[in-house]
Amino acid sequence: MNQTQAFHRRIDAALHNDQLRRNFRSALSGIQAKRETQFPDDTQLQSLREQARMVRANALVRQPELLEQLEARLTANGIQVHWAETPQQANTIIGDILQAAGARSVVKGKSMVSEETELNHYLEQLGIEVVESDLGEFIIQLAQEPPSHIVAPAIHKNRREVAELFHRFYPDIPYTEDIDQLTQSARLILREKFAAADAGISGVNFAVAETGTLCLVENEGNGRLSTTAPRVHIAITGVEKVVERLSDVPPLLEILTKSATGQPITTYFNMISRPRQPGELDGPEAVHLVLLDNGRSRIRVDEELLDTLRCIRCGTCINYCPVYVQLGGHAYGTVYPGPIGIALEPQRIGIDKVGTLTSACTMCGACGEVCPVKIPLPKLINRLRAEAVNEQRTTTPLLGRGSLRKPSEATIWKLWQQMYSRPRLYRLFTLVATRLRWLTPGSLGGWTRYRSAPRPAPRSLRELAMKEGFGSE
Amino acid sequence: MPATSQVYFFATCLIDLLYPQAGLAGMQLLRREGVEVIFPANQTCCGQPAFNSGYRDEALAVARAQLACFPRDIPVVVPSGSCGGMMRQHWPELFAGQPDEQAALDVAARTYELTEFLVDVLQIRLRDLGEPLAVAIHTSCSARREMGVADRIESLVAQLDKVEVLTQARKAECCGFGGTFAVKQADVSGAMVRDKTDALRATAAQCVISQDCGCLMNIGGAFEKQGDGLQTRHIAEFLWERTEGAAP
Repeated sequence: MNQTQAFHRRIDAALHNDQLRRNFRSALSGIQAKRETQFPDDTQLQSLREQARMVRANALVRQPELLEQLEARLTANGIQVHWAETPQQANTIIGDILQAAGARSVVKGKSMVSEETELNHYLEQLGIEVVESDLGEFIIQLAQEPPSHIVAPAIHKNRREVAELFHRFYPDIPYTEDIDQLTQSARLILREKFAAADAGISGVNFAVAETGTLCLVENEGNGRLSTTAPRVHIAITGVEKVVERLSDVPPLLEILTKSATGQPITTYFNMISRPRQPGELDGPEAVHLVLLDNGRSRIRVDEELLDTLRCIRCGTCINYCPVYVQLGGHAYGTVYPGPIGIALEPQRIGIDKVGTLTSACTMCGACGEVCPVKIPLPKLINRLRAEAVNEQRTTTPLLGRGSLRKPSEATIWKLWQQMYSRPRLYRLFTLVATRLRWLTPGSLGGWTRYRSAPRPAPRSLRELAMKEGFGSE
Repeated sequence: MPATSQVYFFATCLIDLLYPQAGLAGMQLLRREGVEVIFPANQTCCGQPAFNSGYRDEALAVARAQLACFPRDIPVVVPSGSCGGMMRQHWPELFAGQPDEQAALDVAARTYELTEFLVDVLQIRLRDLGEPLAVAIHTSCSARREMGVADRIESLVAQLDKVEVLTQARKAECCGFGGTFAVKQADVSGAMVRDKTDALRATAAQCVISQDCGCLMNIGGAFEKQGDGLQTRHIAEFLWERTEGAAP
């Protein structure tokens, strides 16, 4: 089965799951409404977006030197820095740190980069227990599913489904569908895990080069516990998360929380700058940062595709995508779903592997309109569609360019070009199509499964305009 | 600002063949305002279908064939947000570095979506001659986000005093057309247009109007398939019918 067939199979499953679609529609409508309460003034929103865009764009331009500065500052602060080119390297680094520390159990804060490396699976193979401590991640870990959204990983489940899952794994806890009670149960289960864990693993939202500070945005306090309670803390993130100055953080943080969850600020904002110092009562004895490339340097080479890396992983493009709301995240089959996934994953993994994702876009532009760092997502997706069928710029090290070109499709577009670039041929075509309109097929594949077939008018506009006395020059 | 006593009318391939009455109504509205409307004989298509499918060379060849249609420095009026958006926003990208880039930029700069031209340039005043009617307005995504002119259709309809505008849920959400998307992702597109038609039907409007025939082909075709009597109309045809006394 090729990637397109596999994608259509997942889409088919999603579209036939009415409960799933209701869950997404309801959840996303709620998130959209919350976000909109945070931006009552469009002028202020646009100015904040522009500020955030500039911070991220500047950081990407200066990324190599900022990463060096970050490493130097972190090292001076006592945080050990590790570089990983590939997911396998990142996993090996983390596995080695844990084994050297004699760690048998790990609590994790939310990290999409660890999904890129399939870290949990790797650590479990080493015999290390991994517990996801973000409530959404905890739920999907029980269900043995990947996240279906980058901010709200269990968004596809409603409260009844969560209640049943809890009941199955923790039969001693009385069955309830009350969200507060479910949360309380998870809290009690996780408290023991935090207290017993040998190491904590987290992601990073912004890594500040100027000060060597790792910023972590969260709502549940699980991030703080994961990074402070165990004796070892390992943070993992993509190299693009570096920003230049500490003063770059407030505008990014403001637009991140307002966009992502409709909150003026999250409940917790952690700034991690060093391990526990002599005389301090808490905090990990050792802190590590793993900086993963995983294709990001390749993306950075192209001045247009570079914009993809501005992403701050707020998920707003996903929340507003009219295709995502129909399908949910699992249908995409990649770590990152929705518009950012369509733009990022073919670049990260290869067009020959997941380029078919680019077909799941109507070019409606909703994603680009809400993106807090103004990533031109439709433009990027359009560029990738072009790369998928025809190599565009030879200087760009994209993987699998041209791999989705189908001779039949290419021939159709060539014929289309012939007809629409030759006015006389086009006029002949419209003449024939209007005169023989009764021959128009009533069935047009997928189109007529849901709609009637369009039919040419008896006379083209050209003819009507002439008849009404309009000049043609 | 180019002189506005004359304009070129770029019909779009969809309107030329499938919805000529919408195009004709647009030309008649312009003519009634005292504008001489020129229909360049050699026009075909803006190139958008191929451009959105990744076939840029083919799109460029077709777009290039349009340039000679608009030689004089007068506005090019397009009765479609998406074709207008293609010309104004994407032609500069498509023609970048080409020998005829300047000519493309020149046309792009004087391209107007029809409702934009009627409101911003002509400041048209309408007198409603029709019967009381409830409508819902579907603003196309490209009119809304690429051209930034979604409010023009609203202000035109607001001038019609016997027309009541009802607002559907999730008005800004795409109807699921997306050009070749409706073919390549037919089932997703079908699910999207189902949601859109459900939302429109729930308003109890008698007619759905839009500034884009792509959306109308999708929404209207779905209404027809669903056996629903709900009418769809392009804004130009709707305005012409309401103001020239013909029953909509």
